Amino acid sequence: MSADTPVDAVELTSTSGASAFSPDNPAPVIEPPRARTKRTPRATRTNFELYGWLFMRLSGIVLVVLVLGHLLIQLVLDGGVSKIGFAFVAGRWANPFWQLWDLTMLWLAMLHGANGLRTVINDYAERDATRSWLKALLYTATAFTVLLGTLVIFTFDPNIQ
Amino acid sequence: MSTATVDNNHSAALDAAESTDAHLITVTLRVRRYNPEVSDQASWVDYKLEMDPKERVLDALHKIKWEIDGTLTFRRSCAHGICGSDAMRINGRNRLACKTLLKDINPEKPITVEPIKGLAVLKDLVVDMEPFFQAYRDVMPFLITKGNEPTRERLQSSEDRERFDDTTKCILCAACTSSCPVFWNDGQYFGPAAIVNAHRFIFDSRDEAAEQRLEILNDRDGVWRCRTTFNCTDACPRGIEVTKAIQEVKRALITRRF
Repeated sequence: MSADTPVDAVELTSTSGASAFSPDNPAPVIEPPRARTKRTPRATRTNFELYGWLFMRLSGIVLVVLVLGHLLIQLVLDGGVSKIGFAFVAGRWANPFWQLWDLTMLWLAMLHGANGLRTVINDYAERDATRSWLKALLYTATAFTVLLGTLVIFTFDPNIQ
Repeated sequence: MSTATVDNNHSAALDAAESTDAHLITVTLRVRRYNPEVSDQASWVDYKLEMDPKERVLDALHKIKWEIDGTLTFRRSCAHGICGSDAMRINGRNRLACKTLLKDINPEKPITVEPIKGLAVLKDLVVDMEPFFQAYRDVMPFLITKGNEPTRERLQSSEDRERFDDTTKCILCAACTSSCPVFWNDGQYFGPAAIVNAHRFIFDSRDEAAEQRLEILNDRDGVWRCRTTFNCTDACPRGIEVTKAIQEVKRALITRRF
């Protein structure tokens, strides 16, 4: 630290009061989120992540056909969006082919989206508690939507009053 | 006498070239400094240096440490891109300070130098590498064979050697792992470097524990967490195609199952 150098030795100052830290009392080390140790992670020895990864790719390919076909029929062909009404839906679901189409689309889209969100939660939620709450919410919402949708497709009654 | 004249002429020209500072430029190095014994806050500190643009960032750090402020702390060993000690975040990108020339990173503007991300900072540019090396150890980066030890070396064809040649280049500098956004948020992920070193043995024809290593990387925090953002490939100072290696491990896992 010569006196003639302009920039020189830096005195780092703490924002929270002077000389709160010393060689005997250093600032705590800021650990990165979920650092790896000798004991973690526990091995699960399952193929769940492999199947999850494959499912995202395969369902994605099928969904391109299903969703684009769905949008074309609902919004573009034969009068576009203005034709959609109770009668239109009832007419379509009278045919088992469209029932199967909508059922497949519902299940694949919901599971594809849920798995994607599970990935996002795993990547971004740092605390374990945040993780489990977000995942619980996600799984509940997914199960509810899938079950309700399936119920409606199979028990739809065109003569309901 | 003639030789002496030549010598004189030569050294005079050399002296002239060396004495002039015309080739030197003023470089501002903006270093992220942190000293837990003084403060719990890190801060940016600017250093103005007279440097030859053909010098490296490591030379600039040396100049600061040796001539301006001896408290500046960073790791370096060989200083020639082999030991992998001085990976740091220079101008927002992970590089080796000893392989980055000042002229290549626009010395007109301040050059920022930070510790690599995703690992605990201990002081200035020094981070705790233990979680990184734990992931490396967890993939068993050593030759595993069955049966009796051969009486001579284990031979291998050049084609078999070529299969994993790219991943043998790794120097464990952590530039790839600490550039990975998944690793930043979740240190449980093995990270690119560990997978690269697993790849080096999985595809080695002499090794017989590929199945075990694939099983380890098939788990929750293994290769399936890779999002193929290619940050690791961009960061690697050795030019290893890291993302490609990770994808090859994924492919091996899938073809093994189906």
